[in-house]
Amino acid sequence: MTSHAFKMQSMIPGVNDELEVEKEPNASETTDFTPSPLFERVERARRRKHKIRETHITLAHGSGGKTMHELIEALFLDYFRNPLLEQLEDQAVFEVGHPEGAASRLAFTTDSYVVDPIFFPGGDIGKLAINGTVNDLAVSGARPLYLSAGFILEEGFPIADLKRIVESMRDAARVAGVEIVTGDTKIVQQGGADKVFINTAGIGLIEKPVRISSAAARPGDKVILSGTIGDHGTTIMIARGELELETELASDSAPLNLLVQEMVETAHELNALNGIHCLRDPTRGGVATTLNEIALSSEVCIEIREDLLPVREEVKGACEILGLDPLYVANEGKLVAIVSAEIAEPLLEKIRKNAAGESACIIGEVKAVPQGIVAMVTGFGGTRIVDMLAGEQLPRIC
Amino acid sequence: MKFIDEYRQSDLARNLADKIGRLTDKPLKLMEVCGGHTHTIFKYGIEDLLPPNIEMIHGPGCPVCVIPLGRVDDAISIALRPEVIFTTFGDAMRVPGSKISLLDAKARGADVRMVYSPLDALKIAVKNPERQVVFLALGFETTAPSTAMTILQAAKNNVRNFTAFCNHIMIIPALKAMLDSPDLQLDGFVGPGHVSTVIGTRCYEFVAVDYQKPIVVSGFEPLDVLQSVYMIVKQIVEGRAEVENQYPRAVSREGNPRALGVLAEIFEPRDYFEWRGLGSIAHSGMRLQQKYAAFDAELKFQVPGLRIADPKACQCGEILKGVKKPWECKVFGTACTPETPIGSCMVSSEGACAAYYNFGRLSKIAQRQTGKTASQAA
Repeated sequence: MTSHAFKMQSMIPGVNDELEVEKEPNASETTDFTPSPLFERVERARRRKHKIRETHITLAHGSGGKTMHELIEALFLDYFRNPLLEQLEDQAVFEVGHPEGAASRLAFTTDSYVVDPIFFPGGDIGKLAINGTVNDLAVSGARPLYLSAGFILEEGFPIADLKRIVESMRDAARVAGVEIVTGDTKIVQQGGADKVFINTAGIGLIEKPVRISSAAARPGDKVILSGTIGDHGTTIMIARGELELETELASDSAPLNLLVQEMVETAHELNALNGIHCLRDPTRGGVATTLNEIALSSEVCIEIREDLLPVREEVKGACEILGLDPLYVANEGKLVAIVSAEIAEPLLEKIRKNAAGESACIIGEVKAVPQGIVAMVTGFGGTRIVDMLAGEQLPRIC
Repeated sequence: MKFIDEYRQSDLARNLADKIGRLTDKPLKLMEVCGGHTHTIFKYGIEDLLPPNIEMIHGPGCPVCVIPLGRVDDAISIALRPEVIFTTFGDAMRVPGSKISLLDAKARGADVRMVYSPLDALKIAVKNPERQVVFLALGFETTAPSTAMTILQAAKNNVRNFTAFCNHIMIIPALKAMLDSPDLQLDGFVGPGHVSTVIGTRCYEFVAVDYQKPIVVSGFEPLDVLQSVYMIVKQIVEGRAEVENQYPRAVSREGNPRALGVLAEIFEPRDYFEWRGLGSIAHSGMRLQQKYAAFDAELKFQVPGLRIADPKACQCGEILKGVKKPWECKVFGTACTPETPIGSCMVSSEGACAAYYNFGRLSKIAQRQTGKTASQAA
């Protein structure tokens, strides 16, 4: 920090001039992770086997936080268990053999969209339904090919609105270079659903021999974030009109497949295809939840720096008013990439040339210990844990 | 951001922390009364910066944490009535009652809605004249004026289907109860900021005069809190016990006369109100005055009104008084976690237990103190 920062304090109302003191040499900024009994006790609690304690589904089960993970692991995974599902990635990746030729590696995913409101600045439920599924495929390194679209419509829903949504889906599919090749329509009586819900599934082809997985982060890796965080979730909150705030904010909904393909190409040219370790699009639960999932799967510590996180002023302001942390707010067109240090800079350069990654930056790095932890060096100089949230209070953001 | 980042500069913080360290190396216990300060202390890692002789005790100023089980059950019994739309601030949704939380009640069909302001609840009442809309009024003098204003508006516009379930509490009786508690040895207080914007700083003078303890009313940014700690320690070193105001950009000596006027118009003190963990405190709760009885949910709906003891394992009381540290509670981090809170201190992000669980696990202070506790126990 430069010395002018110290002059500023007299301009800050309330902070006494008396406190103007000489600047000291920077203390070493290493993080001390000596484990304490407290730490160990909480870690045991965090890692114990998932169990559903509730007797009914609550909104917390859809939050992207710990309660949702409990539902997935203690119920769905428990009953559907197989090696592909066990990986709990955003998509399943498998090989489809051919009697006479080489096997193809495919990625397959599905996602449902229930966002409220259905139209909002920067997009609508249809655009989300295309980009969300395209992105879940893209982050495996796949080239998304074909999508399905299933509609659940509430009786009385205006056809004009449905047309607007379908148009938007067509346009989004065109931009992402995918086709909607199969679909389904169901109508329920009034009150049986809210306006419109959409499910899309998608299939993509993995052409290069990448091995991307949330279990692949290694100590020394760099954490790249493709742009500002929290834009989508904040936009939806404001669009609901409950806050009576007016901003220029728009959802960041965008396809990431072209960006990912460029990264894969660059890594290929550098002869370092296996340097791309983890790719994720941090939707529900935000960047914090995504990084926690990676830290737990890869058994590493991810340390990020608060002062490197790109956050728009409007998002900061709205989150400050609501007592939210932008790290936990949803994104719909951002990429978290964990890559080996050697290729971090060339990849970052490539990402920044893509419109979807202009403000990309490195926000931290991977360390060996403490395992399963996301730590943040705060702008204030302290260190704190960035845990998964138990449940968030912003239902139906996607 | 304008006037946000300015209060979060790390170099200024280190210098302030060093200055505190140079004042004294005597061990001092300071309590931050307000949950907002607890949150700031953990979110920014302030305990990491403080010299080792300064110990922060996290006080009872988190309104969600001090609401007793019986009152949560009462709220849920109202919410479960079919004619009721029950409105609440978000952080009260997950507070466990003796059996379920409001969030569980919602999953079982209760119409529970999150609002950002009681005025939103009133709007819902106007839009749904055939339903009964109840607002869960919660908090210190900070939020009470907005409840009072809403009731005034409801009265003015003759909205007959709106009531408040009033759990508003007052900070001064609680502070007095803390000071009179024999098991509590404190050297000074970081005084609450938001409450003081309403009640002013004059009403803390008894702390300095009668109890000879310094108290500094503080803002909520990390630099505010550090500076307040500096001011308290300086008073102690200089042998003073005074009420000081670190937060003059928002707080005056007399408080906000308009807000105080509205409070006096709508509310009157209850003879007794129960605080979770602290027990019954005389004149510490507010209820609606007789002339606004039509807006009192407690009168409109029959509630069980039972006093329900805290779960045996839960030590929220000791933690709220600062007698015990969160990790000294047997269920902390084992049976009681933010996903399955037993005690209310684990629910709100302003609660000391949740703060330690989420942010404080790596804090050097916690490491030092847990190390100490372990060796003492051995």
